[in-house]
Amino acid sequence: MLVAPQMAIVLVFFFWPAGQALYQSVLSQDAFGTSTEFVGLENFERLFADSTYLESFKTTAVFSLLVAFFGLSISLLLAVMADRVLKGAAIYKTLLIWPYAVAPVVAGVLWLFMFASPMGVIAFYLRSVGIEWNHLLDSGHAMTLIVVAAVWKQISYNFLFFLAGLQSIPKSLLEAAAIDGASPWHRFWTIVFPLLSPTTFFLLVINVVYAFFDTFGIVDATTQGGPGKDTAILVYKVYYDGFKALDMGGSAAQSVILMLIVVALTVVQFRFVEKKVQY
Amino acid sequence: MIEKRPGLTVLSHLVLILGVLIVAFPLYLTFVASTQSAAEIAQSVPMSMWPGSHALETYKTALFGGETSAGSRIPAAAPMMWVSLVSALVIAIGKIIISLLSAFAIVYFRFPLRNLVFWMIFVTLMLPVEVRIGPTYEVVSNLGMLNSYAGLTVPLIASATATFLFRQFFLTVPDELVEAARMDGAGPMRFFIDILLPLTRTSIAALFVIQFIYGWNQYLWPLLVTTNEDMYPVVMGIKRLIAGEAYTEWNVVMATAILAMLPPALVVILMQKWFVKGLVDTEK
Repeated sequence: MLVAPQMAIVLVFFFWPAGQALYQSVLSQDAFGTSTEFVGLENFERLFADSTYLESFKTTAVFSLLVAFFGLSISLLLAVMADRVLKGAAIYKTLLIWPYAVAPVVAGVLWLFMFASPMGVIAFYLRSVGIEWNHLLDSGHAMTLIVVAAVWKQISYNFLFFLAGLQSIPKSLLEAAAIDGASPWHRFWTIVFPLLSPTTFFLLVINVVYAFFDTFGIVDATTQGGPGKDTAILVYKVYYDGFKALDMGGSAAQSVILMLIVVALTVVQFRFVEKKVQY
Repeated sequence: MIEKRPGLTVLSHLVLILGVLIVAFPLYLTFVASTQSAAEIAQSVPMSMWPGSHALETYKTALFGGETSAGSRIPAAAPMMWVSLVSALVIAIGKIIISLLSAFAIVYFRFPLRNLVFWMIFVTLMLPVEVRIGPTYEVVSNLGMLNSYAGLTVPLIASATATFLFRQFFLTVPDELVEAARMDGAGPMRFFIDILLPLTRTSIAALFVIQFIYGWNQYLWPLLVTTNEDMYPVVMGIKRLIAGEAYTEWNVVMATAILAMLPPALVVILMQKWFVKGLVDTEK
């Protein structure tokens, strides 16, 4: 009886739709939705023959790697510094964590405002150093814009986990190394960084998941997948194909592939948690 | 501190201050823009870096809607913020209640299919909304829940993370407590309300912060299930204010953005302790 509410929601809103997605992914609908026929794996074949879908894969991969790399390195730097200082550590922490509360769409809007030509502040200064900023035409600029906005929003999360990881490293190890004459730089790379690797790996997975799924708002607010389809990440494409282009079969097939990706990522994460990687 | 290196300490502070400034810069700019008039933003390139004098009227337009001096109609943000608040609260509180109940059932009762139930909840971890938008949309529309609070919140309420968090916690509660309660003649629900709930308070607070932010910041889902302006949450309202970059009334957009950021940011900063605990716990 007690599990009834949870089970009802899980069944109606999780398993039924997931089943529907599987089912629809093997159907094809005509333009008016009047007749459907069973087409087997044709939707998938069509998908993989579709160069824009493969492009979207590449875009998503590039995007998530960039977000994970910059997000992790910037927040690691900040966390190491915050771990060092004694004065004001709490204040820095408070000032660094609030972007977590900002919705992805709002983050996108904020950065769009700074980069929007002609009056965007950053766009203006870039022009004065000779870079003609236009994320509506230049796909490199568009990608930079969404990466910057996504990283900005994710820094606070990574920062908190890195800080917690750093504080759990036993101080005696570092003291022993210092007595042996290891410089802070040397200590960081030979002791701190290896001991931090479980946190880093965990954050890597989380950041990739974040870049895959939670950045829809950023993309929709800033570039809407453009110019052309150059920043259309996979989730954006599922939405666009299903609700704008009304290709339900294709969209469902994409959903199924996304589910497989999430399952893979979850398995990776849990295998890791069970093993508790320690070096 | 392991050794004294004043140079390095100064460097650390510099890096941190720089980091804080970079993180805060977009917010500052947003605030500045929201206090200027649309014409001031559009005409001075680059825009002035100091707050202007139009704060009151801009925020009034953003909150209550109306015509701007440039002639475009701005929808009111106040009702949208109400929608956001209601759905965020329903999602956060609903998640906590149903997860508490199911975790309680899974840990303390033996019933047929217990393992199956556990695994079914577990699997939902792998099905985020973004992945199943199309089919879930169909289910919700078949149930006639479009454009309603039910449609906005119920599909997001089931939570594997919360259920696991409570399950882990319940498993650490010593059996002696259960036995003592039983000897004193307390039934299961009595035990749940009088003993288990008070013990779980901190976890509930932590989870509430995380889920409130999650609910407030939903975007893709409301975008699909609401077509009626009365049911737009504020996060969606902002996006709709940006028609085309050249004609956008940026001051109003920025004022709305500040309004949309304020509640979750306040929750994070005021409940910082719970927030950090919640983040670390839910990801375990």
